[in-house]
Amino acid sequence: MGKRTIIPFGPQHPVLPEPVHLDLVLEDEVVVEAIPSIGFIHRGLEKLVEKKEYTEMVYVIERICGICSFGHGWGYCASVEGAMDVEIPERAEYLRTIWHELSRLHSHMLWLGLLADAFAFDSLFMHCWKLRETILDIFEKTTGGRVIFSVCKVGGLRKDIDNETLKEIVDTLKGLKKEIKELTDVFITDTSVKNRLCGVGVLSKQDAIDLSATGPVARGSGLVQDLRLNGPGVYHKLNFEPVVEEGGDCYARCKVRIGEVFQSIDLIEQAVSQIPDGPIDVPVKGNVKGEFAVRLEQPRGEAFYYAKGADSKFLERMRVRTPTNMNIPALVKMLQGCDLADVPILILTIDPCISCTER
Amino acid sequence: MRSYKEQIIEPVAASDLLPTVRNMKAEGYRMLQICATKVSEGFEILYSFDKDHELTNLRVTIPEEEEVQSVTGEYWGAFIYENEMHDLFGIKIVNNELDYGGHFFKVAEPTPWNPKN
Amino acid sequence: MSYVTKSPWVIHYDGSSCNGCDIEVLACLTPMYDVERFGIINTGNPKHADVFLVTGSVNEQNKEVVKQIYSQMPEPKVVVAIGICANNGGIFKECYNILGGVDTVIPVDVYVPGCAARPEAIIDGVVKGLGVLQEKRNAMDGNTAAPAPAEKEEA
Repeated sequence: MGKRTIIPFGPQHPVLPEPVHLDLVLEDEVVVEAIPSIGFIHRGLEKLVEKKEYTEMVYVIERICGICSFGHGWGYCASVEGAMDVEIPERAEYLRTIWHELSRLHSHMLWLGLLADAFAFDSLFMHCWKLRETILDIFEKTTGGRVIFSVCKVGGLRKDIDNETLKEIVDTLKGLKKEIKELTDVFITDTSVKNRLCGVGVLSKQDAIDLSATGPVARGSGLVQDLRLNGPGVYHKLNFEPVVEEGGDCYARCKVRIGEVFQSIDLIEQAVSQIPDGPIDVPVKGNVKGEFAVRLEQPRGEAFYYAKGADSKFLERMRVRTPTNMNIPALVKMLQGCDLADVPILILTIDPCISCTER
Repeated sequence: MRSYKEQIIEPVAASDLLPTVRNMKAEGYRMLQICATKVSEGFEILYSFDKDHELTNLRVTIPEEEEVQSVTGEYWGAFIYENEMHDLFGIKIVNNELDYGGHFFKVAEPTPWNPKN
Repeated sequence: MSYVTKSPWVIHYDGSSCNGCDIEVLACLTPMYDVERFGIINTGNPKHADVFLVTGSVNEQNKEVVKQIYSQMPEPKVVVAIGICANNGGIFKECYNILGGVDTVIPVDVYVPGCAARPEAIIDGVVKGLGVLQEKRNAMDGNTAAPAPAEKEEA
């Protein structure tokens, strides 16, 4: 047995895109234990419900994270709408679904790029991010923003997408699909990429259940767990099957996300072909009285939103539990027994969003 | 499948929490989250579980000074939420298998959700 | 013109940002905006860096980290605060765990507003920072008469 060393990993570290902090207990080069701690990005934004009215709070919640910003806005609005018993128009549900799937698309492309960066394949990283810009252009065209949109509001949406633009989006995505395919084939077939991913950081199905893993991490371990099967949106009207892989290693998690990229394009095409005309919002008046918990499948897994009204303009409690929070126990488990040099890639395969986690 | 719009929030006495959670684990529920709310009678703690994409919540209401049993024995991943509740609300959790002793969330002032002064 | 302004290296630290500005900083490095054509490289080592890009506001925990990175960077150096949170706290200003903008702990030379700051704005801010860098360098050399680079006026 080698000597034990503790390495503080992060928050500022050459290989880290985000200020995650882990204490790694090493025996020689092997990690025996990883101890996460948080607080570097903790803002305490849930407590702003005491200062912002429920209609304004959506701007704060959207800024939990700049990558899955739309989903956070949606989750918040859905929980407040649930508490107030508001039904939003069908067109708004469709548009929310379309924007959400576009967000997933951009988030997964971003992740694929970061993964390529983590195993030092820089040109692949650049190509992924280049294709991602096309999706950001769609966002800019339809919402005015590249990363933060502010289109969701309690009771529906602030902006509509006209049917012509929707068709253009589908056409753009059709072209993009071919380019993405070329790129993702590299992730799936390239030997040097497979060498870095296959068999690394295996999470068994039982562990995934016990540790409440979520999102692509759970699905990469063979768990059929996708909140799009039962949650807000119009997924029940679309032809949808969760992408599931059995391997449980980094390669499986990568394959799940690649599968979901194409799935998102398909879902957007289906949604655009069905979308009804009509209003995009309903007027919402009065105070929030009830309470409501809602879950939403974000790119990183399921997010949990709980709103509790206090019969005033201000909510009594707004709780957001983000997917990375749920995946940290799984990450801690995966890190045990891995090589120090594999730590960055392992952290990356849960697609951590530290801003989300610490709020 | 039960629609996500049908909410289930079952009140549970603090003393019944552990047996209830143990049963849920045996029935195959996954733990989703634990969160606390500061209310006039003390704290309301919401435990959320999932089975087959259906959400079930348990609610424990305790006076401020009362201790809560940790559920980390059943769901180890709960250490995140329990340490968070301890650090942000000052809720006393006993038998936490991974107790950070107040060093999980590094905050400027102690228990910002329930300030002592 | 010195070597520093020709190919300035940047170091990026995420204070308590929402990631929005971070991904835009990263987007600047990728083919669409491609700041590497100006010789700008993102480094992880503070001792290699000339420009310090900070996104997000500071809190009690990362205060020391920000100070440390700043003090490790060699002179002359420039700090660019990116996004409204780094400028003054932004939407999170009233949160209990937020101290305020980056200028509460280290001197800031260029403020780039926006939520999130657009890549064009970030590049503009860095270019403006290069002008400041040149001024600082001139001051260090005791050669204040040398003209600042032309980019400064454009930014």
